[in-house]
Amino acid sequence: MLEFLQWLAGTEPSIALRESLYMWPFVESVHVLTLALFAGTAIMLDLRLLGLALRPVPVAVLTSRMLPWTRAGFAAMVVTGMLLFYANPAHYYQNVFFRIKVVLLAVVALNIWLFHSRIHRRVAEWSRDPVTPRAARIAAIVSLASWAGIVVAGRLIAYNWFDCDIQPQSDFINWIAGCVIQPPTQ
Amino acid sequence: MGLAFFQWCEGTFIGETVRTSVWLFPIIEAFHLLGLSLLGGAVLVLDLRLVGVMLGSEPIAELARSTRRWVVAGVTTMVLTGVPLFLSEAVKCYYNPSFWVKMATLPVAVAFTVAVRRQIAKEPPAATSPRTRLAGATSMLLWFTVAAAGRWIGFSS
Repeated sequence: MLEFLQWLAGTEPSIALRESLYMWPFVESVHVLTLALFAGTAIMLDLRLLGLALRPVPVAVLTSRMLPWTRAGFAAMVVTGMLLFYANPAHYYQNVFFRIKVVLLAVVALNIWLFHSRIHRRVAEWSRDPVTPRAARIAAIVSLASWAGIVVAGRLIAYNWFDCDIQPQSDFINWIAGCVIQPPTQ
Repeated sequence: MGLAFFQWCEGTFIGETVRTSVWLFPIIEAFHLLGLSLLGGAVLVLDLRLVGVMLGSEPIAELARSTRRWVVAGVTTMVLTGVPLFLSEAVKCYYNPSFWVKMATLPVAVAFTVAVRRQIAKEPPAATSPRTRLAGATSMLLWFTVAAAGRWIGFSS
Protein backbone atom coordinates (compact mmCIF):
# COMPACT_ATOMS: atom_id res chain seq x y z
CA MET A 1 0.00 0.00 0.00
CA LEU A 2 2.67 2.48 1.06
CA GLU A 3 4.69 1.74 -2.05
CA PHE A 4 1.69 2.35 -4.26
CA LEU A 5 0.97 5.66 -2.51
CA GLN A 6 4.61 6.68 -2.85
CA TRP A 7 4.33 6.00 -6.56
CA LEU A 8 1.09 8.00 -6.63
CA ALA A 9 2.84 10.90 -4.89
CA GLY A 10 5.38 10.92 -7.72
CA THR A 11 2.81 11.34 -10.47
CA GLU A 12 2.81 14.65 -12.27
CA PRO A 13 -0.59 16.05 -11.13
CA SER A 14 0.09 15.06 -7.52
CA ILE A 15 3.36 16.99 -7.50
CA ALA A 16 1.71 19.95 -9.24
CA LEU A 17 -1.11 20.06 -6.68
CA ARG A 18 1.26 19.64 -3.73
CA GLU A 19 3.52 22.44 -4.86
CA SER A 20 0.84 24.77 -6.22
CA LEU A 21 0.64 28.25 -4.75
CA TYR A 22 -3.12 28.74 -5.08
CA MET A 23 -4.68 25.46 -6.20
CA TRP A 24 -4.11 23.58 -2.96
CA PRO A 25 -5.40 26.37 -0.69
CA PHE A 26 -8.37 26.76 -3.03
CA VAL A 27 -9.30 23.07 -2.86
CA GLU A 28 -8.73 23.10 0.89
CA SER A 29 -10.98 26.15 1.28
CA VAL A 30 -13.79 24.50 -0.70
CA HIS A 31 -13.37 21.41 1.48
CA VAL A 32 -13.69 23.44 4.69
CA LEU A 33 -16.42 25.84 3.57
CA THR A 34 -18.57 22.97 2.28
CA LEU A 35 -18.74 21.85 5.92
CA ALA A 36 -21.34 24.56 6.44
CA LEU A 37 -23.63 22.94 3.87
CA PHE A 38 -22.80 19.30 4.43
CA ALA A 39 -22.16 19.01 8.17
CA GLY A 40 -24.56 21.87 8.81
CA THR A 41 -27.60 20.20 7.26
CA ALA A 42 -26.57 16.79 8.69
CA ILE A 43 -26.44 18.36 12.17
CA MET A 44 -29.84 19.97 11.63
CA LEU A 45 -31.36 16.57 10.80
CA ASP A 46 -29.74 15.02 13.87
CA LEU A 47 -31.01 17.85 16.06
CA ARG A 48 -34.48 17.35 14.59
CA LEU A 49 -34.36 13.65 15.44
CA LEU A 50 -33.48 14.65 19.00
CA GLY A 51 -36.33 17.15 19.06
CA LEU A 52 -33.95 20.09 19.52
CA ALA A 53 -34.39 21.93 16.20
CA LEU A 54 -36.96 22.22 13.40
CA ARG A 55 -39.62 20.56 15.57
CA PRO A 56 -42.57 21.68 13.44
CA VAL A 57 -41.03 20.06 10.35
CA PRO A 58 -41.87 16.35 9.80
CA VAL A 59 -38.74 14.19 9.69
CA ALA A 60 -39.84 12.67 6.36
CA VAL A 61 -39.90 16.16 4.82
CA LEU A 62 -36.32 16.74 5.95
CA THR A 63 -35.07 13.38 4.68
CA SER A 64 -36.73 13.90 1.31
CA ARG A 65 -36.17 17.66 0.88
CA MET A 66 -33.07 18.56 2.87
CA LEU A 67 -31.02 15.39 2.65
CA PRO A 68 -30.38 15.86 -1.12
CA TRP A 69 -28.52 19.06 -0.18
CA THR A 70 -26.58 17.14 2.43
CA ARG A 71 -25.65 14.55 -0.19
CA ALA A 72 -24.58 17.23 -2.66
CA GLY A 73 -22.41 18.73 0.05
CA PHE A 74 -20.97 15.32 0.83
CA ALA A 75 -20.13 14.77 -2.83
CA ALA A 76 -18.17 18.03 -2.81
CA MET A 77 -16.43 16.97 0.41
CA VAL A 78 -15.42 13.65 -1.13
CA VAL A 79 -14.14 15.15 -4.39
CA THR A 80 -12.11 17.87 -2.67
CA GLY A 81 -11.01 15.47 0.07
CA MET A 82 -9.69 12.98 -2.47
CA LEU A 83 -7.85 15.74 -4.30
CA LEU A 84 -6.22 16.83 -1.05
CA PHE A 85 -5.27 13.23 -0.31
CA TYR A 86 -3.94 12.80 -3.82
CA ALA A 87 -1.66 15.81 -3.31
CA ASN A 88 0.29 13.95 -0.63
CA PRO A 89 -0.98 10.36 -0.38
CA ALA A 90 1.91 8.58 1.36
CA HIS A 91 2.14 11.37 3.94
CA TYR A 92 -1.56 11.27 4.86
CA TYR A 93 -1.62 7.49 4.85
CA GLN A 94 0.78 7.54 7.80
CA ASN A 95 -0.95 10.41 9.59
CA VAL A 96 -2.55 9.38 12.89
CA PHE A 97 -5.45 11.81 12.54
CA PHE A 98 -6.12 10.78 8.96
CA ARG A 99 -6.41 7.19 10.15
CA ILE A 100 -8.75 8.16 12.99
CA LYS A 101 -10.84 10.07 10.46
CA VAL A 102 -11.11 7.05 8.14
CA VAL A 103 -12.20 4.80 11.04
CA LEU A 104 -14.84 7.33 12.12
CA LEU A 105 -16.07 7.59 8.52
CA ALA A 106 -16.62 3.84 8.59
CA VAL A 107 -18.60 4.21 11.86
CA VAL A 108 -20.70 6.93 10.25
CA ALA A 109 -21.31 4.83 7.14
CA LEU A 110 -22.53 1.94 9.29
CA ASN A 111 -24.76 4.31 11.27
CA ILE A 112 -26.27 5.79 8.11
CA TRP A 113 -26.91 2.32 6.74
CA LEU A 114 -28.59 1.19 9.96
CA PHE A 115 -30.66 4.36 10.12
CA HIS A 116 -31.95 4.11 6.57
CA SER A 117 -32.38 0.35 6.40
CA ARG A 118 -34.01 -0.09 9.82
CA ILE A 119 -35.17 3.06 11.56
CA HIS A 120 -36.16 5.36 8.73
CA ARG A 121 -38.28 2.68 7.01
CA ARG A 122 -41.06 3.29 9.48
CA VAL A 123 -40.67 7.07 9.43
CA ALA A 124 -44.33 7.50 8.49
CA GLU A 125 -45.28 6.30 11.98
CA TRP A 126 -43.29 8.97 13.82
CA SER A 127 -42.44 11.62 11.23
CA ARG A 128 -44.45 14.32 13.02
CA ASP A 129 -43.46 13.42 16.58
CA PRO A 130 -41.52 16.30 18.15
CA VAL A 131 -39.15 13.77 19.69
CA THR A 132 -38.46 10.65 17.64
CA PRO A 133 -38.19 6.99 18.83
CA ARG A 134 -35.22 5.92 20.89
CA ALA A 135 -33.43 4.15 18.05
CA ALA A 136 -33.59 7.29 15.89
CA ARG A 137 -32.28 9.41 18.74
CA ILE A 138 -29.40 7.02 19.34
CA ALA A 139 -28.55 7.15 15.63
CA ALA A 140 -28.61 10.96 15.86
CA ILE A 141 -26.23 11.01 18.81
CA VAL A 142 -23.85 8.55 17.13
CA SER A 143 -23.98 10.72 14.01
CA LEU A 144 -23.31 13.98 15.88
CA ALA A 145 -20.44 12.49 17.87
CA SER A 146 -18.83 10.84 14.85
CA TRP A 147 -19.08 13.87 12.58
CA ALA A 148 -17.68 16.07 15.34
CA GLY A 149 -14.79 13.62 15.69
CA ILE A 150 -14.29 13.62 11.92
CA VAL A 151 -14.16 17.42 11.77
CA VAL A 152 -11.71 17.62 14.68
CA ALA A 153 -9.50 14.81 13.33
CA GLY A 154 -9.68 16.35 9.86
CA ARG A 155 -8.44 19.67 11.16
CA LEU A 156 -5.61 18.01 13.11
CA ILE A 157 -4.32 16.16 10.02
CA ALA A 158 -2.49 19.41 9.25
CA TYR A 159 -0.25 18.99 12.29
CA ASN A 160 2.88 16.86 12.21
CA TRP A 161 3.21 15.96 15.91
CA PHE A 162 3.08 12.23 15.26
CA ASP A 163 4.68 12.06 11.83
CA CYS A 164 6.91 9.07 11.16
CA ASP A 165 9.91 11.28 10.41
CA ILE A 166 9.63 12.87 13.85
CA GLN A 167 11.13 10.33 16.22
CA PRO A 168 11.28 9.10 18.90
CA GLN A 169 7.56 8.43 19.32
CA SER A 170 5.94 5.83 21.52
CA ASP A 171 5.52 2.36 20.00
CA PHE A 172 1.77 2.84 20.21
CA ILE A 173 1.83 6.00 18.08
CA ASN A 174 4.17 4.42 15.56
CA TRP A 175 1.89 1.41 15.38
CA ILE A 176 -1.23 3.56 14.85
CA ALA A 177 0.54 5.64 12.20
CA GLY A 178 1.97 2.54 10.52
CA CYS A 179 5.50 3.91 10.65
CA VAL A 180 8.24 1.70 9.29
CA ILE A 181 11.00 2.04 11.86
CA GLN A 182 14.42 0.79 10.86
CA PRO A 183 16.03 -1.25 13.65
CA PRO A 184 19.19 0.47 14.89
CA THR A 185 22.22 -0.86 13.07
CA GLN A 186 24.91 -2.34 15.33
CA MET B 1 -7.20 50.81 15.30
CA GLY B 2 -3.59 51.07 16.20
CA LEU B 3 -0.97 48.39 16.12
CA ALA B 4 -0.40 48.99 19.84
CA PHE B 5 -3.80 47.53 20.62
CA PHE B 6 -3.01 44.35 18.68
CA GLN B 7 0.32 44.04 20.44
CA TRP B 8 -1.49 44.40 23.75
CA CYS B 9 -3.91 41.64 22.67
CA GLU B 10 -1.03 39.26 22.04
CA GLY B 11 0.34 40.02 25.49
CA THR B 12 -2.88 39.13 27.30
CA PHE B 13 -2.92 35.99 29.41
CA ILE B 14 -5.14 34.11 26.93
CA GLY B 15 -3.05 35.24 23.96
CA GLU B 16 0.18 34.11 25.62
CA THR B 17 -1.27 30.79 26.78
CA VAL B 18 -2.66 29.84 23.36
CA ARG B 19 0.47 30.96 21.51
CA THR B 20 2.91 29.07 23.69
CA SER B 21 0.85 25.87 23.78
CA VAL B 22 1.37 23.16 21.17
CA TRP B 23 -2.19 21.82 21.42
CA LEU B 24 -4.43 24.75 22.26
CA PHE B 25 -4.50 26.55 18.92
CA PRO B 26 -5.29 23.41 16.86
CA ILE B 27 -7.95 22.23 19.32
CA ILE B 28 -9.66 25.62 19.54
CA GLU B 29 -9.45 25.84 15.75
CA ALA B 30 -11.19 22.46 15.45
CA PHE B 31 -14.02 23.70 17.69
CA HIS B 32 -14.16 26.86 15.59
CA LEU B 33 -14.92 24.55 12.64
CA LEU B 34 -17.59 22.71 14.62
CA GLY B 35 -19.14 26.11 15.29
CA LEU B 36 -18.96 26.82 11.55
CA SER B 37 -20.85 23.61 10.83
CA LEU B 38 -23.54 24.40 13.36
CA LEU B 39 -23.94 28.02 12.31
CA GLY B 40 -23.77 27.08 8.63
CA GLY B 41 -26.57 24.56 9.00
CA ALA B 42 -28.81 26.81 11.05
CA VAL B 43 -28.36 29.75 8.68
CA LEU B 44 -28.57 27.77 5.43
CA VAL B 45 -31.85 26.04 6.29
CA LEU B 46 -33.60 29.40 6.41
CA ASP B 47 -31.60 31.02 3.58
CA LEU B 48 -32.18 28.17 1.13
CA ARG B 49 -35.88 28.29 2.03
CA LEU B 50 -35.97 32.07 1.51
CA VAL B 51 -34.35 31.65 -1.89
CA GLY B 52 -36.97 29.00 -2.61
CA VAL B 53 -34.83 25.96 -3.36
CA MET B 54 -35.35 23.89 -0.20
CA LEU B 55 -38.23 22.85 2.08
CA GLY B 56 -40.73 24.85 0.03
CA SER B 57 -43.64 23.17 1.82
CA GLU B 58 -42.63 24.60 5.20
CA PRO B 59 -43.69 28.07 6.40
CA ILE B 60 -40.74 30.47 6.46
CA ALA B 61 -41.63 31.74 9.93
CA GLU B 62 -41.58 28.23 11.39
CA LEU B 63 -38.12 27.51 10.00
CA ALA B 64 -36.86 30.85 11.30
CA ARG B 65 -38.26 30.19 14.76
CA SER B 66 -37.13 26.58 15.05
CA THR B 67 -33.52 27.27 14.01
CA ARG B 68 -33.07 30.52 15.90
CA ARG B 69 -31.43 29.15 19.02
CA TRP B 70 -28.91 27.21 16.91
CA VAL B 71 -27.92 30.36 15.07
CA VAL B 72 -27.28 31.93 18.47
CA ALA B 73 -25.42 28.81 19.65
CA GLY B 74 -23.35 28.76 16.44
CA VAL B 75 -22.38 32.44 16.62
CA THR B 76 -21.57 32.07 20.32
CA THR B 77 -19.29 29.08 19.64
CA MET B 78 -17.58 30.93 16.80
CA VAL B 79 -16.93 34.02 18.92
CA LEU B 80 -15.81 32.12 22.03
CA THR B 81 -13.29 30.12 19.97
CA GLY B 82 -12.44 32.92 17.53
CA VAL B 83 -11.39 35.42 20.20
CA PRO B 84 -8.62 33.25 21.74
CA LEU B 85 -7.40 32.32 18.24
CA PHE B 86 -7.19 36.02 17.41
CA LEU B 87 -5.51 36.96 20.69
CA SER B 88 -2.76 34.40 20.08
CA GLU B 89 -1.75 35.96 16.76
CA ALA B 90 -3.22 39.47 16.87
CA VAL B 91 -0.21 41.17 15.27
CA LYS B 92 -0.23 38.73 12.37
CA CYS B 93 -3.94 39.50 11.94
CA TYR B 94 -3.23 43.22 11.95
CA TYR B 95 -1.12 42.83 8.80
CA ASN B 96 -3.52 40.31 7.24
CA PRO B 97 -6.01 41.72 4.67
CA SER B 98 -8.26 38.64 5.02
CA PHE B 99 -8.66 39.38 8.71
CA TRP B 100 -9.90 42.90 7.98
CA VAL B 101 -12.28 41.64 5.29
CA LYS B 102 -13.69 39.22 7.82
CA MET B 103 -14.00 41.81 10.58
CA ALA B 104 -15.70 44.25 8.20
CA THR B 105 -18.21 41.68 6.95
CA LEU B 106 -18.97 39.90 10.22
CA PRO B 107 -20.96 42.69 11.90
CA VAL B 108 -22.89 43.25 8.66
CA ALA B 109 -23.73 39.54 8.45
CA VAL B 110 -24.84 39.43 12.09
CA ALA B 111 -26.90 42.62 11.78
CA PHE B 112 -28.50 41.41 8.55
CA THR B 113 -29.37 38.03 10.07
CA VAL B 114 -30.95 39.66 13.12
CA ALA B 115 -32.87 42.13 10.95
CA VAL B 116 -34.19 39.48 8.55
CA ARG B 117 -35.28 37.17 11.35
CA ARG B 118 -36.90 40.02 13.25
CA GLN B 119 -38.79 41.06 10.13
CA ILE B 120 -39.96 37.46 9.54
CA ALA B 121 -41.18 37.23 13.14
CA LYS B 122 -43.09 40.50 12.80
CA GLU B 123 -44.58 39.91 9.38
CA PRO B 124 -44.15 36.32 8.13
CA PRO B 125 -43.95 36.15 4.33
CA ALA B 126 -46.61 33.79 2.99
CA ALA B 127 -44.51 32.53 0.11
CA THR B 128 -41.22 32.93 -1.70
CA SER B 129 -41.03 36.35 -3.36
CA PRO B 130 -38.29 38.41 -4.99
CA ARG B 131 -37.88 40.03 -1.59
CA THR B 132 -37.29 36.77 0.30
CA ARG B 133 -34.99 35.54 -2.47
CA LEU B 134 -32.88 38.68 -2.18
CA ALA B 135 -32.75 38.33 1.61
CA GLY B 136 -31.67 34.66 1.46
CA ALA B 137 -29.06 35.28 -1.24
CA THR B 138 -27.64 38.31 0.58
CA SER B 139 -27.36 36.38 3.82
CA MET B 140 -25.54 33.50 2.13
CA LEU B 141 -23.18 35.89 0.34
CA LEU B 142 -22.36 37.74 3.58
CA TRP B 143 -21.73 34.59 5.61
CA PHE B 144 -19.77 33.04 2.76
CA THR B 145 -17.51 36.10 2.69
CA VAL B 146 -16.97 35.88 6.45
CA ALA B 147 -16.12 32.16 6.26
CA ALA B 148 -13.93 32.36 3.13
CA ALA B 149 -11.98 35.34 4.46
CA GLY B 150 -11.64 33.49 7.77
CA ARG B 151 -10.14 30.44 6.08
CA TRP B 152 -7.83 32.66 4.07
CA ILE B 153 -6.35 34.26 7.21
CA GLY B 154 -4.41 31.04 7.65
CA PHE B 155 -3.12 30.96 4.07
CA SER B 156 -1.99 34.55 3.66
CA SER B 157 0.84 35.35 5.99
